[in-house]
Amino acid sequence: MMNNISTTMTTTPTKAPAMNEPKISARNVQVYYGEKHAIKDVNIDIRPRSVTAFIGPSGCGKSTFLRCINRMNDTIANCRVEGNISIDSENIYDPKVDPVQLRAKVGMVFQKPNPFPKSIYENVAYGPRIHGLARKKSELDDIVSSALQKAGLWGEVKDRLDSPGTGLSGGQQQRLCIARAVAVSPEVILMDEPCSALDPIATAKVEELIHELRENFTIVIVTHSMQQAARVSQRTAMFHLGNLVEENDTDKMFTNPDDQRTQDYIMGRFG
Amino acid sequence: MSSTHILSAYDDELKYLSRRISEMGGLAEQMCADAVRALVNSDAALAQKVISDDVILDHAERDIGDKAIVTIARRQPVAGDLRDIVGSLRIASDLERVGDLGKNTAKRVIAVQGTGVPRKLARGIEHLSDLALTQLKEVLDVYSSRSAEKAEAIRIRDEEIDAMYTSLFRELLTYMMEDPRNITTCTHLLFCAKNIERIGDHATNIAETIYYMTTGAQPEGERPKDDTSNTLGAITE
Repeated sequence: MMNNISTTMTTTPTKAPAMNEPKISARNVQVYYGEKHAIKDVNIDIRPRSVTAFIGPSGCGKSTFLRCINRMNDTIANCRVEGNISIDSENIYDPKVDPVQLRAKVGMVFQKPNPFPKSIYENVAYGPRIHGLARKKSELDDIVSSALQKAGLWGEVKDRLDSPGTGLSGGQQQRLCIARAVAVSPEVILMDEPCSALDPIATAKVEELIHELRENFTIVIVTHSMQQAARVSQRTAMFHLGNLVEENDTDKMFTNPDDQRTQDYIMGRFG
Repeated sequence: MSSTHILSAYDDELKYLSRRISEMGGLAEQMCADAVRALVNSDAALAQKVISDDVILDHAERDIGDKAIVTIARRQPVAGDLRDIVGSLRIASDLERVGDLGKNTAKRVIAVQGTGVPRKLARGIEHLSDLALTQLKEVLDVYSSRSAEKAEAIRIRDEEIDAMYTSLFRELLTYMMEDPRNITTCTHLLFCAKNIERIGDHATNIAETIYYMTTGAQPEGERPKDDTSNTLGAITE
């Protein structure tokens, strides 16, 4: 089942990486959908506690690559991933790694908010409960309120935690999905166009949230909005026809990118 | 920028800014040349024309500012486009200042009228003005071609104007010491020379802006300076 949240039975305690060590490291990653070579030899290091944005035209492979980071591509029948992706220096494609456990560590938020058809409380409590993160009701209550607070939604829903999650506005639903992802204490949060279905105010709230979450999580966001990438990220990676053509500080990327393809794409020019 | 935008209206807006800058440049250049010619020939009518033309430059600068703001708001430019627009704003403000300096020189033509500007001094000022206007003309050509290399070459050449200004400064001091009745005229001429020297500085600023627009990097190293007039005293002569 594909949810906004990726879960596991336990969260393995991991050492906090030093700032100069990458949280995620990809080497020679190739992805094939049957015959189609969708990702071509991608190498990238993603820094801990920072926001990295993936940009590029449709079909460039940015979402495909994002989905490699929590092995979501495993669920696609004819998809083959080669190369090495490690999180905290552990290869996530090692046969010993349980993908379910991995997805607890690497949460995901999708383009369209997709809360469970349950109450707001249950949406957030679901993950921690099935993973035994709380021993008693009061602990679960704490996790739920803390996750909703981190997602900037607590003030808006604290008096109606029993109302259905689907009754919230689109922006609130997306923040509920983020609360749900945060509730199982992941280390990495992957976001695949999390604001493309939201209005500018809801988008601003999600972006503010990304900014705050950055203190505790490593965030990778795929976005079609150049301005959003510029607003929220510290590093930006540009994909084109399955290649990673440039990865740079966001400040540099949007003022003076090195690659001509990046320039043409971000400036909206014909290449 | 060789490629074009998917949105053609965006290209039109950038081209408009570029065209207005070139127009401003042409007028600023003309005003400064006329102001010096008016000074050398004691031509009050020409000086008056320079003074009244300044309004056109002021208006153009405001127009470029307004259009740039609208383009930023509508297009959210990035990278080369953003540097281009910010560069246009800077260049427009440099050119507006060049116009002011031309106007100030023209005003002094009327003040020194009838006192008779010594031939030798007039030639000195004319020569200084030739240097500064060549600098300005070339930098405007570089603006059209966006050559970082040529922009850098112009930037380095400012030294020549500075050296020429310093020697003119010395010469004017000598005249003033010779006969105190020369002081009024010479002071005006000194201001004119300074105005022209400042035009050279603005041309250098524009060269630096073009360098930044083209490369995204600030030109390296200190700008060469050879204006030593600020350390000269009357007694040194």
